[in-house]
Amino acid sequence: MTPFRVSVAAAIAAGILLLVVFELIRSRRLQERYALLWLLTGVVIFILAIWRGLLGKVSDLVGIAYPPSALFILAAFFILLVLLHYSTVISRLSEQNTTLAQRLALLERRLEEEGGGTKHRPI
Amino acid sequence: MEPLAQRAPRRLRSIAIVPAYNEAESLGSVLEEIRAADPELEVVVINDGSADATASVAAAAGTAVVNLPFNVGIGGAVQTGYQYALEHGFEIAIQVDGDGQHDPREIAQVLEPIVDGRADLVVGTRFVTGGGYRGTRLRRVGIRIFAAVVSLLVGQRVSDTTSGFRAVNRKALKLFAAEYPHDYPEVESIVLLSKHHLRMLEVPVQMRVREVGNSSITAMRSAYYMIKVLLALFIGVFRRYPTHTEES
Repeated sequence: MTPFRVSVAAAIAAGILLLVVFELIRSRRLQERYALLWLLTGVVIFILAIWRGLLGKVSDLVGIAYPPSALFILAAFFILLVLLHYSTVISRLSEQNTTLAQRLALLERRLEEEGGGTKHRPI
Repeated sequence: MEPLAQRAPRRLRSIAIVPAYNEAESLGSVLEEIRAADPELEVVVINDGSADATASVAAAAGTAVVNLPFNVGIGGAVQTGYQYALEHGFEIAIQVDGDGQHDPREIAQVLEPIVDGRADLVVGTRFVTGGGYRGTRLRRVGIRIFAAVVSLLVGQRVSDTTSGFRAVNRKALKLFAAEYPHDYPEVESIVLLSKHHLRMLEVPVQMRVREVGNSSITAMRSAYYMIKVLLALFIGVFRRYPTHTEES
């Protein structure tokens, strides 16, 4: 069985995570689409922290003798998931960033050509 | 009633914003129909990073085209249209999707309450008349849930929050040019409008079955969007308004 204090600590930690994410979205510092995984993480950890029987069953199922370890592993798994998601997001952003830089440079060049200005732009 | 004679002689400058993402096959006839329905209406096509001939179809039709460097999604595309309209001094803007599901012959109907000053945003709604609209079951359920939640939040009965066939006056244009939601903007923008004390009105229209292709929103994505939009609506309740909308 999970020690009671572990359950309380985990529930508080998950609750704080949820509150922080909520406040970040509210103040527009975090877009909903990037917050969903964090919210899922917080909710799952919170549920398993307060529903001690379920955590015990999940641990038994995967053969973990000490239930708090299962909670820990699950949290680590979610962090991996969030990181992987961010890797895909960063990849997309970097590709778009290149596209933007190219479009801007070509546009600048065209403006110079049309304006009949200097052919060689000083740095 | 003497509808035409009573109209003000000077017409407010109006523009149709046509967002298009890979709509080369349907866009041509949509633009043609818009011109046939209202020859004086100016048109701007927002090409949202299409991989097909969307840009050249629009250019061939002689309309202004804004080409986004990559796909930014419907919210970002439509907002680009609002920014274009604001910059070019238009008083009224109407969104007509490039896939042909909005019937350009109904543009006048959607514009009317704006011209008469009865609303700041008019949404062409598909459920009032019934028929003409089909969709996946999940999508229809989602639309009803949004309608219920939004009606509750804005304190006004809204029957279809997801329609993109919508017209705005200068006030709403300014607001949406400054702030417009991302992925599934139609729903949230109605709440945004109400938070800024602007008036919204629904007008019945017939939606046509899409001429080409499927809705960009598949069943899997519907569920994701539903959760995301409901979250956005919920958190929106705790946000402070209004957003600043000064013209720069």
